[in-house]
Amino acid sequence: MIELKVTAADRRIARYSAAAIALTIAEAAIPTPLPGVKPGLANIIVLVVLAKHGWREAAWVSVLRVLAGSLLVGQFLAPGFFLGLTGATAALIVLALAEALPWKWFGTVTRSILAAFAHIGGQVLLARVWLVPHDGVYYLVPIFATFALVFGVINGLVAARLLAEESA
Amino acid sequence: MALVRAGDWVVIALAVVVVVASFPFLWRGGPAERVVVRLDGHIVGEYPLTAKRRVDVAGPLGTTVVEVEPGRARVLSDPGPRQYCVKQGWLSRANAVAICAPNHVSVALVGRTPGYDSITF
Repeated sequence: MIELKVTAADRRIARYSAAAIALTIAEAAIPTPLPGVKPGLANIIVLVVLAKHGWREAAWVSVLRVLAGSLLVGQFLAPGFFLGLTGATAALIVLALAEALPWKWFGTVTRSILAAFAHIGGQVLLARVWLVPHDGVYYLVPIFATFALVFGVINGLVAARLLAEESA
Repeated sequence: MALVRAGDWVVIALAVVVVVASFPFLWRGGPAERVVVRLDGHIVGEYPLTAKRRVDVAGPLGTTVVEVEPGRARVLSDPGPRQYCVKQGWLSRANAVAICAPNHVSVALVGRTPGYDSITF
């Protein structure tokens, strides 16, 4: 019999991913005025994991939540899935770069805003290259950027609050 | 530890600046370079938006006067009954159009890139 060794980190990642997936599904029920504009609540979980356990585990949670979340809402391999995956990948790259910023001065709010912008940036670029091969896509960028800023700040604050409550 | 840290405020401020700046940057039709005056759809004059000038266009109702200034143009007067094109005021963006339909005159600003494939009126 083969027994997979399950580490504490594995269990953590699974638990956090489950929470992130639950938020993704809850969010799928929220009506949105414009495709692509979403609060991105699952990113709160990614930010918490990033702050507590580092980038590697945050990346696991983020990718698992995109994969499993899309399976559960029936979007796997649909255009929305690739947009989400590209956005999540761009956000993770930016978060990795942002690790150079000291946590003492730059908390989850900074990381949340940067990730939110990377998210829409990646999605818009993929949409431009693949779905809407016309520069007209860029007309939507100011709207997406506005929402990214608002939700980025809110998600960052929620994550900071969760972290503060846990450590208290 | 504070929820919003010192660097966070800096990032928020920068993000606000980026978002606000993205609106004019991405939403204008590019700077207007020339004004095209048409009568019955045929071009009667095309002028750069660099110097002041007045253009008189004789239409079926009378004379429509177009005023051109650096960077902008407008219909100064028109014999039409409702004066819509006059009330529109200064046009300054590429692809902006003022149409004096009763007198068959239109004034359009054009930039480097055309905003529409074609316009019919």
